[in-house]
Amino acid sequence: MPEISAEQVAHLANLARIALTEEEIAHLTTELGQIMQAVEQVNQVATPDVPPTSHPIPMQNVFRADVVTDDVLSPEQALSGAPERDGDRFVVSAILGEEQ
Amino acid sequence: MARVELMDYEQALELFEPVIGLEVHVELNTETKMFSPAPNPANEKYHGAAPNTLVSPVCLGLPGSLPVVNGEAVEKSISLGLALGCSIAESSRFARKNYFYPDLAKNYQISQYDEPIAFDGEVEVELADGRTFQVPIERAHMEEDAGKLTHVGGATGRIQGAEYSLVDYNRAGVPLVEIVTRPIFGAEGDAPELAKAYVSTIRDIAISLGISEARMERGNLRCDANVSLRPRGAEKLGTRTETKNVNSFRSIERAVRYEIQRQAAILAKGGAITQETRHWHEDTGTTSPGRPKSDADDYRYFPEPDLVPVVPSPERVAELRAALPEPPAARRRRLKAEWSFTDLEFQDVVNGGLLNEVAATIAAGASPAAARKWWTGELTRLANASETDAASLASPEHVAELAALVEAGTLTDRLARQVLEGVVAGEGSPQQIVDARGLAVVSDDGALIAAIDEALAAQPDVLAKIRDGKVQAAGAVIGAVMKAMQGKADAARVRELVLERAAAAE
Repeated sequence: MPEISAEQVAHLANLARIALTEEEIAHLTTELGQIMQAVEQVNQVATPDVPPTSHPIPMQNVFRADVVTDDVLSPEQALSGAPERDGDRFVVSAILGEEQ
Repeated sequence: MARVELMDYEQALELFEPVIGLEVHVELNTETKMFSPAPNPANEKYHGAAPNTLVSPVCLGLPGSLPVVNGEAVEKSISLGLALGCSIAESSRFARKNYFYPDLAKNYQISQYDEPIAFDGEVEVELADGRTFQVPIERAHMEEDAGKLTHVGGATGRIQGAEYSLVDYNRAGVPLVEIVTRPIFGAEGDAPELAKAYVSTIRDIAISLGISEARMERGNLRCDANVSLRPRGAEKLGTRTETKNVNSFRSIERAVRYEIQRQAAILAKGGAITQETRHWHEDTGTTSPGRPKSDADDYRYFPEPDLVPVVPSPERVAELRAALPEPPAARRRRLKAEWSFTDLEFQDVVNGGLLNEVAATIAAGASPAAARKWWTGELTRLANASETDAASLASPEHVAELAALVEAGTLTDRLARQVLEGVVAGEGSPQQIVDARGLAVVSDDGALIAAIDEALAAQPDVLAKIRDGKVQAAGAVIGAVMKAMQGKADAARVRELVLERAAAAE
């Protein structure tokens, strides 16, 4: 039976930069554990002769031509959902991290 | 910051063997981005665009937007993989690399994990003295670049002091190929130079394939350098650091050397190396610690469900392989022999980044000596004076035309330099400038003889000396004639004629 520990939940929250209280961690540990049990049912039908897949439809080589289309947004459109902007750039709070 | 202790480089090498590993990111110059039809700022055409003008819903990770793979980017990645001597995957897949940082709005980067497009290669890298190394390539995989953050408010602009950041997503989604080497052993004291030469070779390959602008100062080519030391005689590899932000060829060499000296000082005192990312500081020539590696490595990769596998057809891979240009190191060896340059002459051309220009000039009809002379001489001087690349000043065809005019005796070197200045100023082709400025050499002996007779008549003492056999005295007359001809005469021909006329004079 798959399980998730409170430490793992706290670690995931940290990676996702979400602040959680002890109560929230306890609550999510229970909920995520239940979700994992539900997903675990898939493993019961997985057999060695069924290869793992990442896509429901057996397709390959779906490509786009290297051509600019009118999907390009204007800066006004691009920034329309920004919580805050400075000129034509998004403003985000400083995060103690780094570019990858 | 605590003072960092460095061990003497030679001493560090006596005690430890340096092992390096290099990750190079190459931005492809396709018209559009990796997964969206927005213009690609790594293409010369869109370079320098205003912030957030090259973005589509996919670049911003807007809800409901879906990525579609750029077929051209895949082809260019395969060509690069082949040029690196790699095998091309029969089937290749994209994966999500999950991390939360505002340089990508989706909270993940689409990359490749366990099924890269290319793997198991080898690249021949040549050091300045001509020795070559085979650098083993582990993999080359496709991914997307991230947006650009500008940190505001910190005292030094460094991230720790920043109060907020500004994001430009133009670069988000630019097609990247990340090339990862296996650990490189045996370079010893040459490890820093090898690192530099390796990145330079990757640049040459990218340029010869035409797949990237490959300009380091623009970030088209970026290098992360992994360095570890192991005590002499030890089997086990030491703990490595990864130095990022190394953005010039010179910095790569300096950063690797610095890490060797820094790590050696710590290890010699019985200390341990922290596995971490370090940042290179160009101004001080030092590295400083970033985040610890273990924490950030938790990227929870999983197959990208929005994309289907890439299965290159063997026929297409064979076509791309057949179209590969000659490898840079082999090409350099061939050209050096064909042109009969000395080591020094050839290095001048290579170090000036002028190999392609010289080759094209020779192809346009110039002699190797003349092509080299104009590019590494006058054009390099003009480029230095205006702080630009010699390659951007003139076309190989114009330089070849100039060399032909000198060869034909239409121009002296001095006149040719004036014509070249006209070419650089955009006044037209050398022949057009010769015509427009009236710069051709006066090859009419009659005009020269008239000027010579006049000069000899004006300087009877010089005439007497020449007639007495003091031939060197002719210089004064030659000077006067060249002046009268406004420099548009061949000095050697003038000298011949001066001696003739002096002998004939009564």
